[in-house]
Amino acid sequence: MNKRIKQQIAFWTLRIMSSIVVLFLVLILGFIISKGIGVINWKFLTTMPEDGMTKGGIYPAIIGTFCLVGGSMLFAFPIGVMSGIFIHEYAPNGFFKNFVQLMTNNLAGVPSIVFGLFGMSLFVNKLEFGDSILAGSLTLGLLVLPVVIRTTEEALKSVNDSFRLASYGLGANKLQTIWRVVLPIATPNIITGLILSIGRVSGETAPILFTVAAYYLPTLPDSMYDQVMALPYHLYVLSTSGTNIKESRDMAYGTALVLVLIVLIANLVANAIRRFLSKKVKMN
Amino acid sequence: MKKIISYIINRIITALLYISGSITSIIVILIVIFLFSEGAGMFGQEPTEKGFILAVNKTNKVSHLSAEQTKLIFDGEITNWQKVGGKNDSIILFRMDNITDYFTEEQIGENFEHLPACISKVVDSIPGIIAFVGKTYTDKNFAGKELKVDKLTVRDFLFGQLWFPTAHPVAVFGALPLLLGTFWVSIFAILFALPLGLATAIYIAEVANPVVRNILKPVIELLAGIPSVVYGFFGLVVVVPFIQSVFNLPVGETAFAGSIILGIMALPTIITISEDAIRTTPRSMKEASLALGANHWQTIFRVILPYSSSGITAGAILGIGRAIGETMAVLMVTGNAAVMPHTLLEPVRTIPATIAAELGEAPQGGLHYESLFILGCVLFLITMLVNLAVEFISRRNKRVAS
Repeated sequence: MNKRIKQQIAFWTLRIMSSIVVLFLVLILGFIISKGIGVINWKFLTTMPEDGMTKGGIYPAIIGTFCLVGGSMLFAFPIGVMSGIFIHEYAPNGFFKNFVQLMTNNLAGVPSIVFGLFGMSLFVNKLEFGDSILAGSLTLGLLVLPVVIRTTEEALKSVNDSFRLASYGLGANKLQTIWRVVLPIATPNIITGLILSIGRVSGETAPILFTVAAYYLPTLPDSMYDQVMALPYHLYVLSTSGTNIKESRDMAYGTALVLVLIVLIANLVANAIRRFLSKKVKMN
Repeated sequence: MKKIISYIINRIITALLYISGSITSIIVILIVIFLFSEGAGMFGQEPTEKGFILAVNKTNKVSHLSAEQTKLIFDGEITNWQKVGGKNDSIILFRMDNITDYFTEEQIGENFEHLPACISKVVDSIPGIIAFVGKTYTDKNFAGKELKVDKLTVRDFLFGQLWFPTAHPVAVFGALPLLLGTFWVSIFAILFALPLGLATAIYIAEVANPVVRNILKPVIELLAGIPSVVYGFFGLVVVVPFIQSVFNLPVGETAFAGSIILGIMALPTIITISEDAIRTTPRSMKEASLALGANHWQTIFRVILPYSSSGITAGAILGIGRAIGETMAVLMVTGNAAVMPHTLLEPVRTIPATIAAELGEAPQGGLHYESLFILGCVLFLITMLVNLAVEFISRRNKRVAS
């Protein structure tokens, strides 16, 4: 066969297969959006569930997810950024650095349910936090820690070495250089990572199953030792283990759409920041 | 003075950085310690319900049974002692409730004071009996013989074919169906995702023009970002009914549904890592191939793909790793029957789904609870191996490239 024709066939196959991948996303998003859009309104977002979760809203689940995202970020963000700074700026090349990077990669690959088990055994039982926002946030925090570390590393990598050298040349020490020169340049990239990990945390279910999530709560949490409802677990409950799955299907569509919207918005914002940045870099 | 303070602050911050730098290592080690210490207690224990024993007639030759045999006996599937190494005699089951079949309430006594004696009599009089009785009722005068149930071992756990963690009177912990179920679902997911993912990666890295690439990139990021519970929900309301009607099945929750959903979820991992691998092909190699008269496709097929094959392998392995560890989506669409998988169109149950489904109901500290932590250990080890393999491949790559 003519090699030109062969190439045409091959490229068209690639095109078709890539379109299938796009089609998957379009199907999933299209389905969730078209089914959920009619359910979402102000009342849905701001009222409590009613009638065995077949009517009303998902307000407590939204608040719960908000608490968990906030709590986990409060824990994972400072530690993750510091860890990233350590790996990229401080750690001498060699065994220790390799080991730390290997462990970070390993942690990133640990299944979320294992984090759930670990969180339950350490935070809920051993440290006696009980099923609480605190235990859930810490578990989720551990889960996103590798993500934060990696983005920080990437962000630091993108800072040109000439900035560091210039700073040293002016007599600044290492810490001053990092704090005054490197971090300000890397911050927007780190923020991008933060936003993406917010998207990730808000959708995780397995780690919160046994550390915080409640099936149904009539009240909002008062302290960090309270249980909360959370959006992903709420969706799981509504679609599988509720007493009236058929009647609560609309609620499930709405919840799924809210979850998808959080991810969509996180991605859009992160992309916008990235695009803005790449323009800025070009101007320099 | 100012200098000293700033020196101290400097040292403190440096120390903090070192500590947070090692945090991931500490967490990994803590995970291993905690999962293992919570779960290891199950081995060496008898899986009989706490406070109860199995007793047989003194003339019975059988002295111990495996947990599986015991379960089959009490389910009525093994009905003759010959099958478990005894003499040819049919097995007669006896539970505490059955005592009224043999004695009247007066004989047992108002406050069950004669109950131990009654049980003793029953066990003594029927040669083929197997009795499941409370330990408190078997005193020194007990005429029967205690039947030992084999203690739990790692081997039985990994290769046992029955998973009945809450069965009475003896729980059976054979994780093989769960292990196989996990691999079964994951492997078909990869078989389905790898061609699609690889094609997309080649397309993005080599063929697509910048406009198309700028569309595909966010698409893949979004696919990676959609929460697994949303995938599960989509699978449950779209894929499962679809499979049920197409293949005309009694239930649509099958391994096949799980594989499709997992495949879609593994796509982003495969695509990004393969694309990175393809991009590392040195320009000089591509140009050499083109200069020899090969066209673009021949260059891709004969030069770029062989060069990046180990990176692509890494992507595939990592994809399998993701699929193996995925919990919620699988839990929602695979039907969760803990049986050995035979076809794709049957319900299966994976390790993560088992943990998620059962941990809530397992009493803390019990055998069931511990067994779930051991399952967690197994899962952790598998993903650890996957990561190390990927690390090994990519390190070797770097060395070859440099």
